[in-house]
Amino acid sequence: MGFLVTFKQDACKGCELCMAFCAKKLIVADKSVLNKSGIHPAAITDTTRCVGCLNCTLMCPDAVITVEKIEE
Amino acid sequence: MSILYTKPKSLNDSPFTFCPGCTHGIIVQLVASVIDEMGIGGDTICVGCVGCGGYLPWFMATDTICSLHGRAPANATGIKRMQPDKVVFTYQGDGDLASIGTAEIIHAAHRGEKFTTIFVNNTTYGMTGGQMAPTTLPGQKTTTSPYGRDVELCGKPIRMCETLATIDGAKFLERVSVDSPGNVRKAKKAIRRAFECQLAGHGFSMVEILSSCPTNWGKTPLEALERIRTEMIPYYPLGNFKDF
Repeated sequence: MGFLVTFKQDACKGCELCMAFCAKKLIVADKSVLNKSGIHPAAITDTTRCVGCLNCTLMCPDAVITVEKIEE
Repeated sequence: MSILYTKPKSLNDSPFTFCPGCTHGIIVQLVASVIDEMGIGGDTICVGCVGCGGYLPWFMATDTICSLHGRAPANATGIKRMQPDKVVFTYQGDGDLASIGTAEIIHAAHRGEKFTTIFVNNTTYGMTGGQMAPTTLPGQKTTTSPYGRDVELCGKPIRMCETLATIDGAKFLERVSVDSPGNVRKAKKAIRRAFECQLAGHGFSMVEILSSCPTNWGKTPLEALERIRTEMIPYYPLGNFKDF
């Protein structure tokens, strides 16, 4: 069992609230990407360590994040 | 594979136009999530206001109307009386509800109108450039109070939940905050309870949500949430003031 966390990077405004409230501090600004607003959007570094607490989705003001549960 | 969270279906595809880190976006999602969970998307009419909350009709996939400044409760009254089977809610900021629309909200509550109000309190007029609102905290610097709000001159900030709690027609009043994931969860429960109050036909229901305005407060989004905790919540205590 694991979690798949995806970001609609074009909608991200780079407020960094998801990074601050991630229980495992897995979310970082993706320096390799510039979205259409000219912002380094949020991205997850290590999906395998995600615990699915949904703190990021609760605190994201722009509905950027989708969390799915992978059932095996 | 099951989806734990994605953008609620009651919101359309257009991106939010709020400033980065503005908690309006969180509140909009909470309202849309509650509408989705209760399965009332097809029967809901959203009444927007003037101000940042006035953007809401552009984002909602439900039926919407945008009212004049402060007059959302008057529009909602008309809609709900003509279509009592619909779920009607207003989405108002503090400049809209606590200043320009004070008469409308107090009399709508007094008449026990059966609609729900989502009241977003960020202690400033956000969209027009951060002017002083009736909810601005003592000493808070705004563009129209550059030396801080003078209590001798302007009085103390108005507490809307406490004011409306004295009115019999108001059946559900709760103040919540969106400064942390735990409080966001509590805010969602309060919004759901307010909609349930309307569906049960008890009377007027309102949820006051303490929100941040990083742009006009001159803070980062994270510092703005800290200000809600350290400055706003001591003056605007969280909790339920009336439950049906």
